[in-house]
Amino acid sequence: MINLKLNKLDVKAEQGWTILETAKYYGLEIPTLCYNEGLSTYGGCRLCLVEIGEGENTKLVSSCTYPVEEGLVVHTDTKRVLNARKMMIELMLSVAPNSKTIQDLASKFGVTQMRFEARNEECILCGLCVRMCAEQMDGKAIGFQNRGHKRKISTPFDVRSEECRLCGGCMYICPACQLRCHGPDPDSDVCNACLTMDPTCVDVYDELQCWMYDAGRCGTCVREEEPNKKDIQNADKK
Amino acid sequence: MNVQTDKVKSFINKYNCKQSALIAILQEIQAEYNYLPKNALIYVSQQLHIPLIDIIGVATFYSAFSLEPKGEHTVKVCMGTACHVRGGPKILEEFERRLEIESGHTTDDKQFSLDTVACLECCAIGPVVVVDENYHAQTSIRNVDTILKKYRKKEKKNEEHQ
Repeated sequence: MINLKLNKLDVKAEQGWTILETAKYYGLEIPTLCYNEGLSTYGGCRLCLVEIGEGENTKLVSSCTYPVEEGLVVHTDTKRVLNARKMMIELMLSVAPNSKTIQDLASKFGVTQMRFEARNEECILCGLCVRMCAEQMDGKAIGFQNRGHKRKISTPFDVRSEECRLCGGCMYICPACQLRCHGPDPDSDVCNACLTMDPTCVDVYDELQCWMYDAGRCGTCVREEEPNKKDIQNADKK
Repeated sequence: MNVQTDKVKSFINKYNCKQSALIAILQEIQAEYNYLPKNALIYVSQQLHIPLIDIIGVATFYSAFSLEPKGEHTVKVCMGTACHVRGGPKILEEFERRLEIESGHTTDDKQFSLDTVACLECCAIGPVVVVDENYHAQTSIRNVDTILKKYRKKEKKNEEHQ
């Protein structure tokens, strides 16, 4: 067993677990998008970012690909994590604003504005369909092509592949294929209808139910930890 | 273009049918045909037992490989920071207009392929244009026509000699 600290709690994890699996085991919610239990991990969406390390030497890592280590200190709900996560949602929103999954994520994590131009590419390159095709359907019909801003997912030579059996697994798992619901303002880039409408399409937790760290959703319990610095400053003033 | 299976097979055998030698095999095919023919890729996929999509992924990832036939001369326009600042994009635009193709493609008569590169590590003489390993320093829009004429002339001279 490996001992580590997860949000200041001492937890135990088995050898080979990732931070995400450990957090799930202890009932801690970390949002994910490109992660699926039946598929290999990819670490592409960066929604599952967590902060590891102590003091000033902390860094953000994707929890779905980071294996647990002895004595690791993990925080899943610091301000840095929340801000990075919001930024990732905002970036994905700019690529595929018509996706229901991403609009729901935006509502859930309070992304109310989009500072980027909407590109309407309808693919966020999460790679779920590629892994679904190769690992679950044994098809290997689609894959990544080109690189940089030209990167895309397609079949060889952009024609129907002989490997493809039209099983539809890629469309089933695609987070961008399900179109967003028609809220009060369907032309807007950020829907956010779920924030004010009742019933809402996002699962909303009662703030009072918050048990320890409920995914850090409301963020009220998050504060910056720098007691040492403040103490030093106060001492200087005195 | 008709792809000779024997030739592709000899490339594969040269590397003992190893999956890890995929890039080396693709390089041999690229050198032989000046591009990666569709049939050759399918044949390699069958022989090495690598899914075709993975081979396509490799072939489209590296700019050394091309899925469409390359021209006689390859024109590379530098788009690195220094060349970009000194007017690289305008030179590229001029080449695109003269050759009537977009960058990354080949002219219909298969004479010129136009490409962009990130940096050629000779920023002091920018903006740089490279045609078939020949460096053209401090090019401007005015030079574009002379550069192209030079290579077109060579073709004609060769024909006369023959």
